[in-house]
Amino acid sequence: MEILLGMKNISKSFGPVEVLKDVCFDLRPGEVHILAGENGAGKSTLMKIVGGVYPDYTGTIEVKGRPVRFRSVLDAAAAGIAVIHQELSLVGSMSVYENIFLGREVHRKGWVCHVRMRSSARSLLEELGLSIRVDEPVDRLPIGQQQMVEIAKALSYNADILVMDEPTSALTEPEVRKLFDIIARLKQKGCGIIYITHKMEEIYQIADRITVLRDGRYIGTEEAAKLSSDRLVQWMVGREIQQHFPRHQSQPGPVRLEVSDFTVPEPAGGPIPWVNRVSFTVHAGEIVGLAGLQGSGNSHLLHGLFGSYGRRVSGTVRIDGQVMPVINPAQSIRSGLALLTNDRKTTGLILGRDIIENASLASLRRFSPGGWMRPRLETETVSRTLQRLRLKADRLTLPVEALSGGNQQKVVLAKWIQTDPKVLLLDEPTRGVDVGAKHEIYQWMNEWTKAGIAIVLITSEMPELLAMSDRILVMHRGCITAHLTRQQATQEKILQAALGQTLLERTIS
Amino acid sequence: MMQTRSSVSLGSWLASPTVRALAALLVVFGLGLLLHADGAFYKWHTHRDMLRAVSVYGILACGMTVVIITAGIDLSVGSVLALVAVLFAMMTIHWQWSWMSAVSLCLLAGIGCGVLSGWLIGPLRIQPFIATLAMMVFARGMAKWVSGGQKISTAVQQPDGTYQYVPVPEIFQMLSAKIFGGNLTVVTLIMLGCIIMTWILLKKLRYGRYLYAVGGNEQAARLSGVPVNAVKILAYGLAGLFSAVAGICQAAQELQGDPEAGGGYELSAIAMVVIGGTTLQGGRGSIWLTLIGILTIGYLEKILSINAVGEDKRLMLTGLIIVAAVLLQKSKRI
Repeated sequence: MEILLGMKNISKSFGPVEVLKDVCFDLRPGEVHILAGENGAGKSTLMKIVGGVYPDYTGTIEVKGRPVRFRSVLDAAAAGIAVIHQELSLVGSMSVYENIFLGREVHRKGWVCHVRMRSSARSLLEELGLSIRVDEPVDRLPIGQQQMVEIAKALSYNADILVMDEPTSALTEPEVRKLFDIIARLKQKGCGIIYITHKMEEIYQIADRITVLRDGRYIGTEEAAKLSSDRLVQWMVGREIQQHFPRHQSQPGPVRLEVSDFTVPEPAGGPIPWVNRVSFTVHAGEIVGLAGLQGSGNSHLLHGLFGSYGRRVSGTVRIDGQVMPVINPAQSIRSGLALLTNDRKTTGLILGRDIIENASLASLRRFSPGGWMRPRLETETVSRTLQRLRLKADRLTLPVEALSGGNQQKVVLAKWIQTDPKVLLLDEPTRGVDVGAKHEIYQWMNEWTKAGIAIVLITSEMPELLAMSDRILVMHRGCITAHLTRQQATQEKILQAALGQTLLERTIS
Repeated sequence: MMQTRSSVSLGSWLASPTVRALAALLVVFGLGLLLHADGAFYKWHTHRDMLRAVSVYGILACGMTVVIITAGIDLSVGSVLALVAVLFAMMTIHWQWSWMSAVSLCLLAGIGCGVLSGWLIGPLRIQPFIATLAMMVFARGMAKWVSGGQKISTAVQQPDGTYQYVPVPEIFQMLSAKIFGGNLTVVTLIMLGCIIMTWILLKKLRYGRYLYAVGGNEQAARLSGVPVNAVKILAYGLAGLFSAVAGICQAAQELQGDPEAGGGYELSAIAMVVIGGTTLQGGRGSIWLTLIGILTIGYLEKILSINAVGEDKRLMLTGLIIVAAVLLQKSKRI
């Protein structure tokens, strides 16, 4: 069979650190080839070599049988390779068609020809079965559609090798389905797709073949149909994980968090509030899942409770029976709330600062009586917490940007657990985290609930939500549309409610 | 695994900002050893004079460092300096207040200007560049208004229109005096005091952490309970305080309060911070880097002046050095 892209014995070092060693990979036309591995396994580095970001590697790369050596991103693009990064590279204030043709605008006698760009952008989007207005500024589109624009842009380069790095991490269910439709179309056209994801069910939904990397080494390639999920996980972590979701039997205590009539208005004063008169309770030792599609307001609810929107919210919040004033995050932290946001890079971490500073930031008062820092106390406490979370780092004085996703998440978790929270609000705690670290996070959630902490959990991974939650609330357009116990909850019911069908069939236990 | 070992490889040591900043300083210093102007560079008083000349700028650079670490900028420091210099001269020369009350009121005026900028930037969310640009213009105007556009010197105009000289206030002499057998000036000591104060704030106090956190990622800092607005007000307030200190020193050195003083000083202070390696993106940097930047610019100016290089070429060379130093900081590997 013809090979679209062949990579042999690729090695790459950063200084003394070898991040890839003798990695092989090939891509056939019309296939989706999953590149799997834990965070830090070297997937992104390999894809940066394919994309021409790292020109200094050893080994050989062939595109359609022709040996190539990319010295820049432009070289790779000219060879028909398009990389769609996790972070989208669109200019928010510019329109869809301007983004698609960014950097190679259609000219006529030195004047930009908007008419022609608009029409070719339109036909490009139609080809993908998308109905997106080409004049719309990109930042007004939901994130899922932005992703589609990015794909259209890649295709406009006539790329036939597409690299997608966790494309669904910010997408809702229907958007994911749309993306998979498009991938199917691309396969028919003969494109090869290299696909990186951490979501197990996604792998088996679209994979033709799977290649696994671990610690920068090539582990193996197999047809998806012949590689069981247990063996895949084993390949990835190099060890057996018996249980994916080890939720212990919960023993709910008294009510810890009581929210009534909580409303977060839309900031521009729009008619539909982000969160509309929501009431619920969470008991000590309980995990309550908060389901909902993109735009359902579940993230806004957590931020609203935490004081991210200041006093603009209304309703009452009680912690252990005491009314908590919602003023700002500092006040909420003092009242015993902690919020792990869904995007650690933009709202969770100070990337340029070191591990210790990040992990102590929310509990800095403890380490600075009278305003003076006590560095030894700080280092000791933080390193004890991080040791318990099994952080892998050479030094605690490394900037957190040098850590892998899973380890970064551990730093954020350490930051919040050190504030001794009563209620832990977790928004996508396992996003962009490798299998091993995910498993660890589940176990700590068990541990924390056992210690009496109440947890509210948002996750876009349905199996995780179903397995970890003791109860599940489903939100749709700012309202709670379903209230399910662990036994009642099924994927179908949750999706129905998330799409707006009200089914409040909670049994009172 | 978990110890805070400091087993750092040579490569990362060379890449550290301190080493890079020092390299720039050493190059300039080496230049001085070569172009020593008949041995003038080997005399201590040359270095003392360099330190004296650079002190006022250095004091401003302390405040600028703090503000830049929060990812801000303060363009008003030169104007606030002038306003305080004028106020100080009026209080001590015209009104003959005790130096204690004059100094404390002047410091309060500086803090007030800074806090006002910080309030515009923090709670009112005006961009630092714009807010301090406004403060820069406003404070300059106020300096001219208070002084009536005149230099406030010991030549005091009498009701009959004649000028009469009054004695120079004691505090002026105290501040511009040389100490330690004439080997150091008081203003240099004051600059060192400001540097140490800034160091304590940045490294020893909780608020120092807050400053870095706000500069590194404001949103993450706020969501971690950092009082972002208070931190910004503090940063600009401190820049205002240091501007006031610099203004008092400037008045003492010039024996007058000049409403035109300090023009362009903000840019020199920014240059010192940047040459040291503190980036304008915020979240990084230290006062020691700024000290290196202060000395680099100080020596450069001194070497050029003892070699009788004209101001035209001096300015051009300073421009080149700023670019060279920043490029050196930027390159990933040496």
